[in-house]
Amino acid sequence: MKKNFFIIIFFVFFSFILPNKSHAYSSDPKQFISEIVAEAKEILAETNSQEFKTKKLTEMALKIVDIKGIGYYTLGSYRKELSDDQKEEYSILFEQYFLKSFTSRLTDYSDPKIDVLCVEVLNPKYTIVKSLLLATNKKPAVTIDWRVYTKNPDKPLIRDIIIEGLSLARTQKEEFASVIESNNGDITKLFITLKEFVKNN
Amino acid sequence: MTLSNNILQGEFGRAGNNAARFGINSTAGILGIFDPASKLGFEDQGKEDFGQTIGVWGADSGCYFVLPIIGPTTTRDAIGLVGNIFLDPVYHVTHNSEIHNGLVGNDNYSEHSYYYYRGTGAVDFRSKNIESFDSLERNAIDLYASVKSLYIQERNKKIANAQSLVGTQDASDWEEIDTN
Repeated sequence: MKKNFFIIIFFVFFSFILPNKSHAYSSDPKQFISEIVAEAKEILAETNSQEFKTKKLTEMALKIVDIKGIGYYTLGSYRKELSDDQKEEYSILFEQYFLKSFTSRLTDYSDPKIDVLCVEVLNPKYTIVKSLLLATNKKPAVTIDWRVYTKNPDKPLIRDIIIEGLSLARTQKEEFASVIESNNGDITKLFITLKEFVKNN
Repeated sequence: MTLSNNILQGEFGRAGNNAARFGINSTAGILGIFDPASKLGFEDQGKEDFGQTIGVWGADSGCYFVLPIIGPTTTRDAIGLVGNIFLDPVYHVTHNSEIHNGLVGNDNYSEHSYYYYRGTGAVDFRSKNIESFDSLERNAIDLYASVKSLYIQERNKKIANAQSLVGTQDASDWEEIDTN
């Protein structure tokens, strides 16, 4: 009886506590971004090592960014030409590429001060959260807008970061298109390029 | 130059704002060292050039290419560069032909001074953004395409005088992608 009681407690714990931990961020887009900014600030503290920053940023990105969605977006119209096997291969490759690129860009910053300002609801699927990276003695203030995917209102995900009006996802998409077009539309050449990037970085 | 382009674009409100800023900052701001105009409500609304003016008039960007020192540009913006020269007061102060015509100008400066001024402006821009360029170079799989994309997005935003990307770009591609 006592054993059964502990088994029940065990299942109750893992049914309620753990799922809550994996969805620990707020479902409100503005609060969601505020929490991410606060977490990133802690991770990017000057006292932390590069390895620690990379590890923590990778874990965070896997939870808060819609990497699969960004991957499909960056393929543009070429995504319609992929077979199911190629889609699977691309999703894995893109995730590896994205995480390398994402952490490499962010670990250059230490102790960023970002104010989350306001939100603009575009439609039920997208909300733009506007924020400002505050000016320092060396650098001017920079506006940062976050395109938040809110199709599942309980679990918002970031799909794009727009710095001073310049979309990182759009830049990525045009970069990928350039690689494919310069190889006569051969999408497998993009896969090779991504593999090389992951290997060399 | 911004004031002239405001007028050419029919942006008379912005032209008035910039004229007021020039008047206040060149006097109360001690030749532009300080910026009291912003405190009086005349905020800096960004620079305008002749390439943007042609864009507002409806010209397409044309081909993209990279010029030595000046950097990325398009056919429209390269034509705009020529227009900028004639709208830039610094050019009129330094250009010899203007001196010979007795209109404006200054004997102490030659036309070369103008090109040094433009050239050092480009170098200054690069030095201020060197970390961003390094990061871009390190993370790009096609640097030329990345720079092209960023340049064209930036110009479209400036032509539309938009504060964010949302108003200037078609986001319909996002609508097709559902992952949850």
